[in-house]
Amino acid sequence: MIPGEFTYHRPSSVAEAVAILVSHGDEARPLSGGHSLIPMMKLRMAAPEHLVDLAGIADLKGISDGGATISIGAMTTQNELIGSDLLTQKLPIIRETSLLIADPQIRYMGTLGGNVANGDPGNDMPGLMQCLNASYVLAGPDGEREVAAREFYEAAYFTALAPEELLTAVKIPVPAAGHGYAYEKLKRKVGDYATAAAAVILTMDGGTVSSCSIALTNVADTPLFASDASDIITGSTLDSATVDRAVAAAEAITEPASDGRGPAEYRTKMAGIMVRRALARAAERANG
Amino acid sequence: MNDMTPTREQREANLEGMGCKRKRVEDVRFTQGKGQYVDDIKLPGMVYGDFVRSPYAHAKVTKIDATEALKLPGVIAVLTAEDLKGVNLAWMPTLAGDVQMVLADGKVLYQNQEVAFVVAEDRYIADDAIQLVEVEYEELPVLVDPFQSMAPDAPVLRPDLEGKTEGAHGPRKHHNHIFNWAVGDKDETAKAFSDADVTIKEMISYHRTHPSPLETCQCVASMDKVKGELTVYGTFQAPHVIRTVASLLSTIPEHKIHVIAPDIGGGFGNKVGAYPGYICAIVASIVTGVPVKWVEDRMENLSTTSFARDYHMTTEIAAKNDGTVTGLKVHVLADHGGFDACADPSKWPAGFFNIVTGSYDFPAAHLEVDGVYTNKAPGGVAYRCSFRVTEAAYCIERAMDILAQKLEMDPADLRMKNFVKPEQFPYQSALGWEYDSGDYHTAMQKAMDTIGYRELRAEQKAKQEAFKRGETREIMGIGVSFFTEIVGAGPSKNCDILGVAMFDSAEIRVHPTGSVISRMGTKSQGQGHETTWAQIIATEIGIPAADIMVEEGNTDTAPYGLGTYGSRSTPVAGAAIALAARKIRNKAQMIAAHMLEVSEYDLEWDVDGFQVKGNPEARKSMKEIAWAAYHAPPPNMEPGLEAVSYYDPPNMTYPFGAYFCVMDIDVDTGVANTRRFYALDDCGTRINPMIIEGQVHGGLTEAFAIAMGQEIAYDEMGNVMGASFMDFFIPTAVETPHWETDYTVTPSPHHPIGAKGVGESPNVGGVPAFSNAVNDAFQFLGNTHIQMPHDAWRIWKAAKDLGAHG
Repeated sequence: MIPGEFTYHRPSSVAEAVAILVSHGDEARPLSGGHSLIPMMKLRMAAPEHLVDLAGIADLKGISDGGATISIGAMTTQNELIGSDLLTQKLPIIRETSLLIADPQIRYMGTLGGNVANGDPGNDMPGLMQCLNASYVLAGPDGEREVAAREFYEAAYFTALAPEELLTAVKIPVPAAGHGYAYEKLKRKVGDYATAAAAVILTMDGGTVSSCSIALTNVADTPLFASDASDIITGSTLDSATVDRAVAAAEAITEPASDGRGPAEYRTKMAGIMVRRALARAAERANG
Repeated sequence: MNDMTPTREQREANLEGMGCKRKRVEDVRFTQGKGQYVDDIKLPGMVYGDFVRSPYAHAKVTKIDATEALKLPGVIAVLTAEDLKGVNLAWMPTLAGDVQMVLADGKVLYQNQEVAFVVAEDRYIADDAIQLVEVEYEELPVLVDPFQSMAPDAPVLRPDLEGKTEGAHGPRKHHNHIFNWAVGDKDETAKAFSDADVTIKEMISYHRTHPSPLETCQCVASMDKVKGELTVYGTFQAPHVIRTVASLLSTIPEHKIHVIAPDIGGGFGNKVGAYPGYICAIVASIVTGVPVKWVEDRMENLSTTSFARDYHMTTEIAAKNDGTVTGLKVHVLADHGGFDACADPSKWPAGFFNIVTGSYDFPAAHLEVDGVYTNKAPGGVAYRCSFRVTEAAYCIERAMDILAQKLEMDPADLRMKNFVKPEQFPYQSALGWEYDSGDYHTAMQKAMDTIGYRELRAEQKAKQEAFKRGETREIMGIGVSFFTEIVGAGPSKNCDILGVAMFDSAEIRVHPTGSVISRMGTKSQGQGHETTWAQIIATEIGIPAADIMVEEGNTDTAPYGLGTYGSRSTPVAGAAIALAARKIRNKAQMIAAHMLEVSEYDLEWDVDGFQVKGNPEARKSMKEIAWAAYHAPPPNMEPGLEAVSYYDPPNMTYPFGAYFCVMDIDVDTGVANTRRFYALDDCGTRINPMIIEGQVHGGLTEAFAIAMGQEIAYDEMGNVMGASFMDFFIPTAVETPHWETDYTVTPSPHHPIGAKGVGESPNVGGVPAFSNAVNDAFQFLGNTHIQMPHDAWRIWKAAKDLGAHG
C-alpha cells in the first residue's frame, strides 16, 4: 500500500494544467478528489510519473445557473452538490444520488468531475449524467469541446477524454418543473459501489408518462443509458405489463461482472428491480 | 464519627469496585489519539522490512534473484530461505505441532505466501525493491476444496512430510491428512441412532473468515549486539509465550529477550500466533545490528495471518418422537490450509469442539474431526471465541432447529425440553466436559418473555399467509440460539501451549501511601483490563480503583502469563488477581491487629479496612495499614505489602446465553434487515456492567458480519478473493442492528469471584441466531438448511431455488 515515485504538480489555471498534461502525455494524470486514483497508486495498479493536482484551480469550482442549463465545475465536491439549494430545487436527483455515494468523509473530497471522468463503472454519477443527458466540457491544447455523457464512455476506464485533455465542467439541461425522479441503489454496505443502481427522470401528463429517461450503474463495464426501456415507458400509464417490458429491456442490455456483490445473473435481476422501484418512486413524485 | 466521616455507602462507592459501571480509564488516551501502538515506536537507526509474496497458490520456486533489488540505493538486505537456513530458521514450529516455512523453501503453498524479506532504509524503498526481486515459479496443481484433499490423486502439498505416517496427533491416513481426533462413545451413539424414533442429518459448513483487527500484525525487533540482548515490540496477545518461543528458536537466553506488547488495536485471535514477519524482523535485526520494523498492510493481514473457521460439519441427531434427544454424531472436515498453524492448546487439535453437545442433555455422543491440508493460508485461530467453540455452537444450534422442523416442534420449546437441568450441575457431558454451573431454563424463559416470543411467532404466521396470497414480498425469520461456552483455558491437567501450563498470574504492590501498581500475565487488546482489573483489586483490598495502576505487556516486569484470548483473562488471571489481593489483605489483617493491639481474629473486614468486631469505631483503613507496613511493621514480620499469585484453574468456566434475532427479508433482492436482536448473557459475577455491554455489542457486531457476509473465499486457482475492506464485510454503524442486552447471574462455583468471562459469548451465540433467523424465514417454503454467509445474493439465490420468485 505504498505508491511508487512521482512528481507533484499544482497548476493554478486550466491552461497551465493542460500544458503539463501535453508535455507528459500518458505519464501524467490529473488528480481531483483522489479517492479512486490514490488507492490505485498505493496498490501500484496505477503508477503515473506526474500527478497534476487540480485543487489550486479556482475556475473549476462552483455551480452556475444558466436557466435551461446548469453548469457544475469539475472540482465541485459531492458534499457541495448535496448542499446546493439550486440543485435541490432544480435537480434534486443529484442530491439524492450524491447522498448514496460512499460516506461523508469521502464526499468532502470526492468531486463530480473526478467521478465522471475516471471511467470507473462503479461510480454513480456517470449513469446519472446519462439519464440527465448531460454533456462534459473538455479542455485541451486546441481549446474546448463538448461530449455528451451518453457518448463519453467506451470501456472500463476508457473514455473519450484524451490524455492531454481536462474535464472542466458538466452541463446539465434542467428537467421540466414537476418532473419525477429517483435513484435506486442496491449496495452491500455504506461506502460500497452498487450491486446495481438505476436512475429515472420522468414527466407525467395526467396519468400518462410524457417523457422518461432511464440509466443504469455498475452492471456493465460502462454506465448504460437504457434507451429502449425509456422508450417503452414513454407514452404509457405505467401499467404493470409495460413496466415488466421496460424492466426486461433494461435487464437485456446489462453485462455485469460476477464479483463479491454476486453472480452476473443476480446483478442483472437487481438492475431490473432497481428500475422497477425507481420508476414507481419517480411516478409518485411527479406532478401533472 | 463526625459529619465529615464518609458513610459506609460513600466509602464503597469511592472504591469503584466490582459491579460498578466504571468508565474505561484507557479511553482517556485512546479517544485523544494518544495510544502508543507498535507503529508509533521509532527507534534510532530503525529500518523497514517488507515481503516479496507469491502470486501463486501452489508452485515450485525455482529461482530468486535479488541482484537488481540490492542495487537500489537504500536497500540493505534481501533475505531468502537459504539465508535463514544459516540460523536454522527457514522453518518454524507451529502451535499445533506442525512446522511452517518462514520463507518459501523450494515451493509455495498459498497465495501471498512469504518468499523473500526486503530490508531497506524506508518503507517506500522497501516497496520499490520488492518489485525488483525476480522470482521464477513453476506452477503446480492447486487444491482448494478440502473435500478433495484426501482423493487418491490429490496433489502432494507437503513433500517435507513424505513417509510420515504419524503426525502430532496420531496416525495420518493420506499425504494431505493432518490428524484424526475422535471423542465419545461410538457404540453407545450408534445404538441411540438405531433405537431412535427420529433422526436428522445435515452438512453444516462454517465458512472461512478472518478476525481482521483494525491494527494489523506488526513488530519492531532490536538486537543489541554488545549486550547480546534482543528487544521485540509487537502486537502480541501472549507476550510471554512469544518470549519463550523466541528464546527456543534463536538460542538467545530468555532473560536476554525483552518482549513488549504496547497498546494493541484489537486482536480477536489474530495476534496469538508467531508469524514469518516476526522471525524475519528478528533475524534482520540480528544480521544488520539495527532495529527492524515490520508492518502488515490490510491485504497481507487478511490473506496470510490467521484465518478462522473453515469447518465442514456433518451433523446427525437422534431423538424420540416427543423431542427428547438421545444421541449426537458429528464428523468435521477441517480445512487447515498449507500448514497446521492452529492456535489451540497443544493436546487439542480441534480445540474444545467437543462442547458440541451444547446446552442439551445428550446421553450419548460421538465426534470425529479430520484435519486436512489445502492451498490456502494457515491459521485456524479462535476469532473472538474459545478454541473452535463458535463452530461447535453453530453446529448444534443449527442442528437443533433442523430437528425441531422435522418434529414440527417450536425450536425454543425443543431447546427447553432438552436443556441440562439446574440440579444436574456440575454436569458431565457425553463428550467429556464438566459444566460448572447454569440455569438455562430461567435464562431462556426470561428471554422469551422479554422479546414476546409467542407474539412474534403469530406475526410471522400472518406474514407467511400474506406472502402466499401475494400481498407482500417480505418474509420474517425468528432466530433462536442458546449457547454454552467453554472458556478459561485452562487447567494444567489438560491445557498447555508448547508444554507451558495455561495458568495465569498477577502481582500487586501496595505503595507506602496506599496506592497500587499491579501487573498481570494477560494483555488487553481493547478488553479494558486497566479498568476491570483495578475494580477487582479495589473490592478485594479496599483501595479505590482510581489509585490502582494496571500494567500489562512488558515481559521484564509482568509475571509470566499465557496471555489474553479464548475469554481466559477473567477466568484465569481474574482469579489470580483476587487471590493475590487476598494475600495482601491477610497480611494487612495482621498489621491492623498489631496497630489496634487486638488479635487478628478479633478483626473483621469492612469495605476499605479492618475494624474490631463489635467496635466499628476501632478501625484501620488500608491506607493506614499500607503506611504501617513500610513504617512500623509488627515485630518479626517482613516489611512491605505486596503479593504474587499464579493461578491454575481447577476447571473451565461455562458462560451461557439466550439470543433471539428477528429479521425481515426482501425476497426480491435478498436484503435482510435485522429488526430486533436480543442478547441475554450469563457470565457469572459481573465486574463492570458497562464493559460487559460493550463487549457484547462488539461481539454481536462481529457475529452479524460473519453470518451475513464476511468471508475469505478462494477461486479454483487458489486466488484469495476480496482480501480488502472493499469486499471483506466490516459493518459500519449504518448496517449494524440495534442491540438489546440483558443478563442473569449464575456465578461459577470454582472461581474466587464467581466470574466466567464474556468477551466471546456474543460471537459464539450471535452467529447461530442470525443464521437461524435466515433459515427460519424460509422454512415455510420448504427450506431445511441454507449455508452461510447470508449475504444478499445468496439469500436471493435461496429464495429463487425455493420458488419464491414465481
